[in-house]
Amino acid sequence: MKISERKNTQENLDFEVRSLDSSSTNNEGAAFRKNIKYLLAGIFFGILLVKAEVVSWYRIQEMFRFQSFHMYGVIGSAVVVGTISIWIIKRFQIKTIHGASITLPKKPFHKGNVYGGLLFGLGWAMTGACPGPLYALLGSGLYVIVVVLLSAVAGTWVYGLIRDRLPH
Amino acid sequence: MNTIIQTLSQPWPWYVAGPLIGLMVPLLLLLGNRAFGISSSLRHICAACLPAGIDFLKYDWKKESWNLFFVLGVVVGGVIAGTVLATSDPIVINENLREELQHYGITNITSSLSPESLFDFSNVFTLRGFVVMIVGGFLVGFGTRYAGGCTSGHSITGISNLQMPSVIATICFMIGGIVMANFMLPYILTW
Repeated sequence: MKISERKNTQENLDFEVRSLDSSSTNNEGAAFRKNIKYLLAGIFFGILLVKAEVVSWYRIQEMFRFQSFHMYGVIGSAVVVGTISIWIIKRFQIKTIHGASITLPKKPFHKGNVYGGLLFGLGWAMTGACPGPLYALLGSGLYVIVVVLLSAVAGTWVYGLIRDRLPH
Repeated sequence: MNTIIQTLSQPWPWYVAGPLIGLMVPLLLLLGNRAFGISSSLRHICAACLPAGIDFLKYDWKKESWNLFFVLGVVVGGVIAGTVLATSDPIVINENLREELQHYGITNITSSLSPESLFDFSNVFTLRGFVVMIVGGFLVGFGTRYAGGCTSGHSITGISNLQMPSVIATICFMIGGIVMANFMLPYILTW
């Protein structure tokens, strides 16, 4: 393996795991008291996913077959609101409710954004669910989704296992 | 109170749900400088349960435990939506899709959000069920981590933060999905 590739895989390329960023200021630890607010936020998000039918296999099929505007409307308007929110947070240097500064690290492009993205797209259209809906569907009573969820955990684990041999 | 529950039980239109989903981004930032993203929870589960000496899974997942509380909340939210806010109205789907699905034996389109004739324990080890559920699930877990995020982490948070890798990843999610739904799934569903 070339040195440049080696360096690449040791960098934190994950958009979601921020405690691995060197600039991270998140050190709240595992205390339940500090995490209950995230539990509540998750409950709200779960209700949202089910009631907006984002979790529906049919809605995902319609999206990828261009048979309905619904999912485009959901994701599009979410991005608009997210973009404006982040702009406001940056513009006015808004802090967290605990007074800590809010950081939005930039990530480099790597080939995994393409290869991984394509593979996830295939899986999304098959299962009709991205990771959020997997959890919400499980709660809503579609218990067989536990099989899909466990398989997704296995997929993540195997990615970790062979990560150094994949192009990044 | 009953009227409120009745109203909330109806499917929420995109222009209500979409902006509320978008607000998850500033909400999590304001609550504790957290990046809205679900798929990393799969990595934390691996790191917590079976790190097996794999470099990618050797990190202090407890520092990311907020994410596990968040996804636990999503499960609980699903329970509430499936009980208190449940509706018995059948889901309305595109007529062309309904017709095509009939050819694959997916006919019982009721209030359930996913086809019961596909997503059922009795189908896990049929060829079609195995491919859709097990292979599909594997690709979701493998692909999201390889891409560094999923719909929430890349398509919503990443694009909202004007990250070009997230735009590219999202385009690839769509290409993969379009290819699967239009050119591969029609064959898989006949198995």
